[in-house]
Amino acid sequence: MKKIILTYFTYIIFTTSSYSLIEVDITRGNLDPLPIAVSPLHVDIKSEEDKNVKIKNLGNDISEIIEKNFKNTGLFNPLKKEAFVQKPDIAHLKPRFEDWRLIKAQALVTGKLLVKNGKLKVEFRLWDLTAAKEMTALAFTTTPSNWRRVAHIISDKIYERLTGEEGYFDTRIIYVAESGLKSERIKKLAIMDQDGANTKYLTLGNELVLTPRFNPTNQMVTYLSYFRNMPRVYLLDIETGMQEVVGNFPGMTFAPRFSPDGKKIIMSFAKDGNSDIYTMDLESRVVERITNHSSIDTSPSFSPDGKYIVFNSDRSGLQQIYVMRSDGSNVKRITFGKGIYGTPVWSPRGDLIAFTKVRKGRFYIGVMRIDGTGERLLTENFYQEAPSWSPNGRVLVFYRETKSGSKGEGFSASLWSIDITGYNERKLITKTDASDPSWSSLLSK
Amino acid sequence: MTKSLIYSLIFHSAMILLTVLSLPFMIREPVDLPPIVSVELIQISDKTNIPFAPKARKIIEETKKKEERIVSEQAPPAAKAKEKPDRIPLPDEKKEKKKIIKKKQNPEEIEPQIRQSSEFEKKEIIDTNQIAALIDKAKEEEAVKKEQDDKLTQSSVKNSFATGLTLSEEDALRAQIFGCWSVPLGLPYDQDLLVRIKLKLKQDGTIMKSEILDHQRMNRPGQKFYKVLAESALRAVRLCQPLKVPPTGYEKWKDIQLNFNPVEMLKG
Repeated sequence: MKKIILTYFTYIIFTTSSYSLIEVDITRGNLDPLPIAVSPLHVDIKSEEDKNVKIKNLGNDISEIIEKNFKNTGLFNPLKKEAFVQKPDIAHLKPRFEDWRLIKAQALVTGKLLVKNGKLKVEFRLWDLTAAKEMTALAFTTTPSNWRRVAHIISDKIYERLTGEEGYFDTRIIYVAESGLKSERIKKLAIMDQDGANTKYLTLGNELVLTPRFNPTNQMVTYLSYFRNMPRVYLLDIETGMQEVVGNFPGMTFAPRFSPDGKKIIMSFAKDGNSDIYTMDLESRVVERITNHSSIDTSPSFSPDGKYIVFNSDRSGLQQIYVMRSDGSNVKRITFGKGIYGTPVWSPRGDLIAFTKVRKGRFYIGVMRIDGTGERLLTENFYQEAPSWSPNGRVLVFYRETKSGSKGEGFSASLWSIDITGYNERKLITKTDASDPSWSSLLSK
Repeated sequence: MTKSLIYSLIFHSAMILLTVLSLPFMIREPVDLPPIVSVELIQISDKTNIPFAPKARKIIEETKKKEERIVSEQAPPAAKAKEKPDRIPLPDEKKEKKKIIKKKQNPEEIEPQIRQSSEFEKKEIIDTNQIAALIDKAKEEEAVKKEQDDKLTQSSVKNSFATGLTLSEEDALRAQIFGCWSVPLGLPYDQDLLVRIKLKLKQDGTIMKSEILDHQRMNRPGQKFYKVLAESALRAVRLCQPLKVPPTGYEKWKDIQLNFNPVEMLKG
């Protein structure tokens, strides 16, 4: 009996004195980019030679492109190869995690490649070094000349696995390549990979070109050029090089963009000092008037679901941004801040609108929510405009011009990119001066 | 008769003994309040003075400004004047700055409440009814509003009262993990992305076992961001090993839960 009573009380004491689970809230961390090691890809000794590509160096070349892509995001810190402790072939089979952790890497990319029967096969693995496990592994087969794209696709896959977002490396940027004096500028349409490689010119520079935009499949481009001394919207097939004037408008058309399904072009049509927004169906060629106002309505851009259009208008006096349904109904002004707002572009994610703002002679690139709230100005400069979204809605590319002297000396135009957080502002390397960039969607999608 | 009297005596004395032994524990369980709060405030400021990235600093400075405003508007001037010199003598500006830094890092901490309690007599501190009521309230609210943003504030309320670690111990641990956690910056800030990790620790602070409490969510479609965050949190605790745990009281902290919430960081 005694024993029972004692045991009972001992039990009570123990249960009452046991501790509740300690909880600690972690609400802050560091904003340092994630340290990642990209090991050169191992080149299989059975690989054949290729006429155009140095297969021997390919493993290193691919890893360097991946590193460069990561560095440009500002989210990753690729570690120097000199510190690497394992040979690529062994690392790809089974990395010695503790050795890689010693150089402070948190993730590791390994891979190998083989060229056989004129085909390039590349495989890669992404390792979580702290957890000592593989995160993802994939293999691609293509022609050896496509090796740069393979590097970009691998970058996309790793980016997606580590951030949860789609990547934006296997993409292109179309822009206006500029050369010559400011007063006699030659402007050509140019296209390049997002990292600046593979630049190609699509027009000869005889006519002025402006505002090129990709269609959703990245095969067609719509832009502004001159036809019989009149600015008109053009359509260009990148594959065939065929060009055509869009629609039979009795006046100037400008600021074109594709609808999200690629079936329509939306643009401004100006006549007698008034400009309104129109769409044209590319198949049926039916033209539809969307706005009908005595003010200047321009720079239209569809929401990704195609249900709304954002545009700018001076109907309230100063140029401001408005949103309406895609049939032109329910027009709502969304910007009320001081200054002039222009070039609104709807994010591919649908959550934000990017714009250019001019205030007190300074130019800003900013983003805001689709109802106009939460305006954030990301960058300020002497002259900059025309933001265009990366396909994942994370980065903006725009162009910036420098101040020039009275004779146009010292003038230059260049492409820049910035993260929507306002960090990681970077100049894009282009062969010539550049303006009016437009980012394609993912090519491999 | 005498036999039963003896039994009764033994039983009663045993009861008294057990009550004396167990009562302090019973009090501690619901209260768990570090008794020397005011002293520790100064210690914390020293320990938690960790460097921040410029972006984070900006946010914190804003929070600080807001807090200062609130303090100046709400706190009754008379009581404040009495409080400050009594509790934390601030001989020079430097110390004051340090104190502010501490504030910045734990914006959600309920400092006004702590101050109040330290002002009162000890008896009042161990007013179990009041505190238990507070805890219950905090717990209830937490359960209801787990998915809301202000959950953070509430769990902080709960923490400062209910954890087995003192504030400085908790802050040391928090500061250590801040340094190890690379927040994935691409995450959306408008989603509920709270990752709760339960750890089983060895006495030296190394991790015996780690478990993500909602790990099924990681493999659900459309939860890529949650997965990324959970992985980053796991990386952080592994990198931080051994965790900075107190040298004593292993039983208290051998099981510990870390709640990773990046919302504040991402909003900036």
